[in-house]
Amino acid sequence: MTTTADVPETVTVDDIRPRPASPRSRWLRRGVPLAAVAVLAVLPFSTVDLPALLPGPVNSPGSLQLLAICLVFAGLAATYDLLFGRTGLLSFGHALYVALGSYTVNIAVTKLDLALPAALLLAVLVGLIVPALLGAVALRVNGIAFAMVTLATAQVGSIVVMSDPGRLTGGEEGLPLAPGAIPGFLSGVANTANLYWLALGYLVVVLAVIAWVVESEPGRVWQAIRENERRVSVLGLPSYRFRLLAFVIASFLATLGGVVHLFLVGGSSPQITTSNFTLAFLVMVVLGGTGSRWGAMLGGVLYTYLDHRLAALGTSDAVAGLPEVLRAPLSEPLFVLGVLFIVMVYFLPGGLASLTTRLRGSSK
Amino acid sequence: MTPLLEIADLHVRIGSSHILQGIGFAVAPKGVTAVLGRNGAGKTTTLKAVLGIVPKTGTVRLDGEEISGLPTHAIVRRGLGYAPEDRNVFAGLAVTENLRLAERGRGPHRYDLVYEMFPELRQRGAQRAGTLSGGQQQMVAIGRTLLNDNRMLLVDEPTKGLAPKIVTEVADVLERAAREVPILLVEQNLALVRRIADHVVVIEQGAVVHTGKADSLLSDPDLTRELLGVA
Amino acid sequence: MSNIVLLALTGLGLGALYFLIASGLSLIFGLADVLNFAHGLFLAVGAYGTWWSSTHLGLGFVPAVVFGVLAGTATAVLVEMLLIRPLYRRTIEQVLVTVGLSLAGVALLQAAFGADPLTFPRPEWATGTTRILGAIVPNDRFLLIGAAVVVLAAIQVFLRRTRFGLIVRAGVEDRTMVTALGINVRTAFTLVFAIGGAAAALAGALAGVYFGNVSPGQGTSLLIFAFIVVVIGGMGSVTGSAVAAVLVGLVQQFTSFYAAAGVGEASVVLLLAVVLLARPGGLAGRAA
Repeated sequence: MTTTADVPETVTVDDIRPRPASPRSRWLRRGVPLAAVAVLAVLPFSTVDLPALLPGPVNSPGSLQLLAICLVFAGLAATYDLLFGRTGLLSFGHALYVALGSYTVNIAVTKLDLALPAALLLAVLVGLIVPALLGAVALRVNGIAFAMVTLATAQVGSIVVMSDPGRLTGGEEGLPLAPGAIPGFLSGVANTANLYWLALGYLVVVLAVIAWVVESEPGRVWQAIRENERRVSVLGLPSYRFRLLAFVIASFLATLGGVVHLFLVGGSSPQITTSNFTLAFLVMVVLGGTGSRWGAMLGGVLYTYLDHRLAALGTSDAVAGLPEVLRAPLSEPLFVLGVLFIVMVYFLPGGLASLTTRLRGSSK
Repeated sequence: MTPLLEIADLHVRIGSSHILQGIGFAVAPKGVTAVLGRNGAGKTTTLKAVLGIVPKTGTVRLDGEEISGLPTHAIVRRGLGYAPEDRNVFAGLAVTENLRLAERGRGPHRYDLVYEMFPELRQRGAQRAGTLSGGQQQMVAIGRTLLNDNRMLLVDEPTKGLAPKIVTEVADVLERAAREVPILLVEQNLALVRRIADHVVVIEQGAVVHTGKADSLLSDPDLTRELLGVA
Repeated sequence: MSNIVLLALTGLGLGALYFLIASGLSLIFGLADVLNFAHGLFLAVGAYGTWWSSTHLGLGFVPAVVFGVLAGTATAVLVEMLLIRPLYRRTIEQVLVTVGLSLAGVALLQAAFGADPLTFPRPEWATGTTRILGAIVPNDRFLLIGAAVVVLAAIQVFLRRTRFGLIVRAGVEDRTMVTALGINVRTAFTLVFAIGGAAAALAGALAGVYFGNVSPGQGTSLLIFAFIVVVIGGMGSVTGSAVAAVLVGLVQQFTSFYAAAGVGEASVVLLLAVVLLARPGGLAGRAA
């Protein structure tokens, strides 16, 4: 089905060697992120009021909660990008691992009365073993078949959660986190700032792990896999093992994200098991720009922010004045996001991250 | 004699490979023009670029008309018949279906000619093309081009991997077809080229290194060895 | 015995729904390489079109279904011409666009008709039951199975007996070579979208009968199983989809009944894994 030309297949090991960075770009790569983290870290002390953008002053619980959720989803989007953007693995089952983290810890502390450290340890184990097993099978196939296997597996997870086996998951109602199950400093409206820092910590850990692993040998092989799987096999590199590594790391980080999400929203909802939840990651990553350093994170923040704020916009005066034909769709965040997504695919295929390169290119 | 097909400054880039680097030659309105060159020189890509199957830059004129910007199907409809390399027939379709698919326009479609040249195809009409022998598949591929009133045929390595007896048969068919319609032929078999080609174009590393009469190239062993690496 | 008959017919009914969705998905993927997430939208348009024309225009059941199918077909054709076609040969972007469409489309339906399930207008005869071999079988099962058989036959006639069908079959094998024969294969793209949209819209209307209601997200879960059916059957093969749909429908029904809820779906995934590991190209696929 593809056009083949008599292309001489020139393969050299140089193709997967890193290129040295210039001192200036190294400064940018280290300095700007550190500054950004510092600014984000002190936000809970800010009382600035941004009435149009946030529900209250920056340090109000409502605003911090929204910002924290944005940060968690930025991290989750980055883990999805590790699969899709960095390795070229189109998974439709990433939600499974987020749900795995959330439900494992929640059930452990709420239903089984385990102590939190034990529950976290359990989540770590489950978050490593399950993706290793499922990935080992799913990665036997490639491309669309892989996408379908991940989709199907995640769907089973979703159906199991919905069916409330042994009254453990709470079915469609979801499972609220038992009061007192987690330490006081992570619960209650007054401690939203702590949750915010937890979310920020999660994002930093995710980005650091990804940056580290992408710079190291597996990352270069992943890039080679994404560009040309056959070539990697020609080089004699076991592409299966490297793909499995990417799958396990991404899924494990997503499991951790699920745990943070659980603390943040105080429970597990079956919505985080659905295929639409995975599609949201895909949308975030494409909005932000696949396989780039900051793209997935930007996309995650933008999507989550719009998803939460558009609902408020839908009931705002500006929209209420519009005729029904316009008002009804605009009050559906997913409609706006879906349309925005399509527009981006058409007019900015590289995502938001490509804007910087474009601007830089045009100023020269 | 004004050329039927004129190619100029043809470039093809696939990924980071610069496969055709400014190919240019003309094809006479009569006889067989053979494109020669080593493996990977860009012969097949040249045909595909002319047909718009691979993205390219440059100019391609058919009878004076610029066709390089047209989509593949529109180029073919201008009267080019294409028999691809490796006898690319539709393996899952029956022989008659393969032929029927190639019918262009109202016709008449010259099934008589095709079945006269390849009587086997009539007998095996209902057979799936994927189960035919290599020679029979080549008959389907060439038969498809003879069905329509073409202004030119583009035939890519029709004898690759065929038994010597079949090679002779294919050569007979091409020779006979060439009396009616000019052929641009990619071929490695120099004996065949010597027999049916009038003109040759030699390609090396994506560029034309020699054009001329087939006789004068192939009767000069030194030049042949220099350009093609064989005698 | 009566249980087995009821389960078998229900499984076949479910398989019929899967087939109606999967046949179009399979053709679209086979020909155009597009994994069409917007297929659930075509299904939902069919369901809501039927519901709307029945409750607002007072159409009878059959005319209402025809209305729904036409609406779904029109949606599919518009999607192909306006959104898919400009991205010709950029298959990842095409898939992304269908993902965006599925999100935006479902949200739009939700905005227009509300998030809650609406009661679907079922004809009198579809709510009755028939006794077969001691089993009391709801009539809607026969409606589903009958519709799927008719659609399967119609698609086969189209593929085997018409020139466009020939082009589609050839295009599934090698799209480039079809264009190299002077055929504008993009016309065939529009056609398979129209066929797929029509079949999916019919599935939407019939799913409304089967479940008794219609909701914006209904297409999504059906779509997932249809995807599984397509992969098991082999991308691009309508016959393969038909066999796989029956298989998946039956496995799902029987295991759900004799084991716990969720096991039915898990068995389907197991079936998918087994088929893919044994034959990566699916049942009808060439062993790759």
